[in-house]
Amino acid sequence: MTQANSDAVLSAAEADNSEFLVFSLGEEEYAIDILKVQEIRGYENVTRIANAPDFIKGVTNLRGVIVPIVDLRIKFHLDNVEYGGQTVVIVVNVADRVVGIVVDGVSDVMTLTPDQIKPAPEFGVTLSSDFLSGLGSLEDRMLVLVDIDKLLTSEEMALVDTTRHA
Amino acid sequence: MDIADFFDTFFEEAEELLADMEQHLLELDVDDPDSEQLNAIFRAAHSIKGGAGTFGFSVLQKTTHILENLLDSARKGELSLRADLVDTFLEAKDIMHEQLNAYRSESEPDQQAFERICHTLQQIALEEIGEPLAIAPVAASEPRPEASPEPAVATSEPAASGQLLVALLNVKEKDRTLLVEELEQLGEIQSQSGDEQRFEVVMTASVSADDIEAVMCFIIEPEQISISAAPSSASTPDSAATPATPPAPTPSAPTEKPAAPPAPAASKPSAPKSAGEKGGEKAGEKGGKKGASESSSIRVSVDKVDQIINLVGELIITQSMLDQTVSDLSDQSASSGSLQNGMSLLQRNARDLQEAVMSIRMIPMEFVFSRFPRVVRDTAGKLGKEIELITEGKSTELDKSLVERITDPLTHLVRNSLDHGIEMPDKREALGKSRQGKLTLAARHQGGNILIEVKDDGAGMDRERLLAKARENGLNVSDTMSDEEVYQLIFAPGFSTAAEVTDVSGRGVGMDVVKRNIQGMGGRVEIQSKLGEGTNTRIVLPLTLAILDGMSIKVGSETFILPLSTVLESLQPAKGDMYAMAGDDVVLKVRDEYLPVIAIHEALDVADAITDPTRSIAVIVQGEGRRYALLVDELVGQQQVVVKNLEDNYRKVPGVSAATILGDGSVALILDITGLHRLCRAKKEAGKSAYAQYLSYDKEIELS
Repeated sequence: MTQANSDAVLSAAEADNSEFLVFSLGEEEYAIDILKVQEIRGYENVTRIANAPDFIKGVTNLRGVIVPIVDLRIKFHLDNVEYGGQTVVIVVNVADRVVGIVVDGVSDVMTLTPDQIKPAPEFGVTLSSDFLSGLGSLEDRMLVLVDIDKLLTSEEMALVDTTRHA
Repeated sequence: MDIADFFDTFFEEAEELLADMEQHLLELDVDDPDSEQLNAIFRAAHSIKGGAGTFGFSVLQKTTHILENLLDSARKGELSLRADLVDTFLEAKDIMHEQLNAYRSESEPDQQAFERICHTLQQIALEEIGEPLAIAPVAASEPRPEASPEPAVATSEPAASGQLLVALLNVKEKDRTLLVEELEQLGEIQSQSGDEQRFEVVMTASVSADDIEAVMCFIIEPEQISISAAPSSASTPDSAATPATPPAPTPSAPTEKPAAPPAPAASKPSAPKSAGEKGGEKAGEKGGKKGASESSSIRVSVDKVDQIINLVGELIITQSMLDQTVSDLSDQSASSGSLQNGMSLLQRNARDLQEAVMSIRMIPMEFVFSRFPRVVRDTAGKLGKEIELITEGKSTELDKSLVERITDPLTHLVRNSLDHGIEMPDKREALGKSRQGKLTLAARHQGGNILIEVKDDGAGMDRERLLAKARENGLNVSDTMSDEEVYQLIFAPGFSTAAEVTDVSGRGVGMDVVKRNIQGMGGRVEIQSKLGEGTNTRIVLPLTLAILDGMSIKVGSETFILPLSTVLESLQPAKGDMYAMAGDDVVLKVRDEYLPVIAIHEALDVADAITDPTRSIAVIVQGEGRRYALLVDELVGQQQVVVKNLEDNYRKVPGVSAATILGDGSVALILDITGLHRLCRAKKEAGKSAYAQYLSYDKEIELS
């Protein structure tokens, strides 16, 4: 995309453009709405919660607030789940809650125009298309746009107490 | 604890309530009033009345009572609102504020303003609803309603059109000329006379007395000026008559100030001067005392305090990190002496700071309970009942914000118990109970919550009567509802089974406020009741803000906190004292008692824990009246921990009541003894799917 071209696109549809934080899980690239992101920090000091699903790593202390940590790599059944210096936690704000999600790395922030966002196909066993807001196409890259609100508040994530909110 | 300590709380609360009331009144759309808003206004009045009654502020209580009656009619639709009625309500609110200020400065409120507003409000009731309000005992003692046949004074008439007598005290001639010039700008001067000590100007002002004072204060001190309504005779230009009419105030009185409510005083020509002066003295007094009491406390939002506490927590953690680094350094270099001194100072200061911040929030329940002997005594006296008040768990510490907010609901519940619960002495005797009714207030920590109980041994609740009343009120009920559901009906807005409305209770407003307040704190109310035996209202508040004395224990590499109040003792179990029972279950014999054993590493799946019971430590704990032996690896020590709710961002965790943050910044879970026991049993029963089973089991408990 040339500079002039992108400028034109920006001014034409600026209101509809959304910014996304792009992160990687294994070889795949995912993106979430940047406005949901509170901060990005390293993975450390997580206290295990017994009897919780395996993708809930536990809780951590974020400046006095107890925040659950979810490993999306385990949730999405990726093979290589390692915790190292590069392992990153994206702290997101969804439904008045603060939740940390573990990813392999954060690459960049992207602006997508509406025509770059394609509808998500109906498939997916591990990641139901209900939790996708679409697929972002960027030249040779494809970003999986995750509807982080829906995903984290869904019953299968077991993050939200259904007995409380019923 | 002295009851005077609560006055300030009441004043602050009442002030907020009045402000709320005003805001709602102002927002109110008179043609199509929002019922929620009318309810809110009514509730504010109701709460003020309750508080005023508790503290014996009778004038304020009576004023509010009459206003409340009108508001009640308004919210029931019996009284159709008009803009001028809202104006009158607003004026009543202003007068209540004046009264509140008077009480705050320990003086009696303005009697005339009180009588006038009562009269006006009663007149409205008479004209708009067509019948004199059924005024409850307190107000009935007022000789007002029929005594004065004159129509309601048009209080909303602007003061500006009245004649004002502006008196300048100890003002030099030069300034005086200036002031008179200023006054000419503000209205038409009818007459002026006097000397340097007291110079009087009678004028027809086009602005209010407040505005005049505001202008004059640029030149002279507020004490030097006194504005009041001019007597009607003073409207003649006969200047000699003017000084004679008022009962010549001594010019040296420095406290004289403009009438506190200048508007009403001016619009009432019958006895203007004395009212003005009375108000003036009050205002002067008020100014002095109020200033002193305001500086003694400030109201800060809990969020701000929470933020400070979190920040201090972070500071402590940063400090211990630094400490570690410094002690590593000192191994290598000898010149770090001053650095180490600095570090130890920092450590001490940080700890002191933390303690100080923590102490801002924690106060014992005694602060709440100690106001009840008075409430009970007064209420019981009014109702002609004999009551014995018992309080338990006074030392249970509760977060200040919770204490502040629990007081009102508790007062409502106590009054309710006294009014509806406990029977009259004669009736009690006839039923074979002691003449004296028993009311118990209890507080304790329970399973990660704070439980506050209001228990009475009165009549209990009548299921059928509640259901009948609910149908009458058009609520959707059925006979198959559980008792608990039926009891919860009393929390519906406007629901009351009391036959008549008294100023103690019976409007059905109290309970809906109670429930709202408690839900606002993230808690819930449960009612247990048995017809003829009494009612137990249990308020369960989450520990969100509470502090806990904890015992930290280690299992494997994980640290957990046990609430110290549950820990009885710890011992090293001997092989001979452990008995297997029905296969999987194990009991431990402790002094002729067999206690169920809960191995924490099994319940919470800790991988690297000691599995041989004889090498671990058994902590004997008590939960909900039962004892258990918990197997842990190591006792670490006792510490006070700030309880953090897990449910804010996560969910309820089986066997865990809450979490806390340890000195190293990591999170430790606070164990819930009975939850652990249930979890253990569920796990043993169902093997792998224990978690799912437990959850559904837990759900059943939640629902029941």
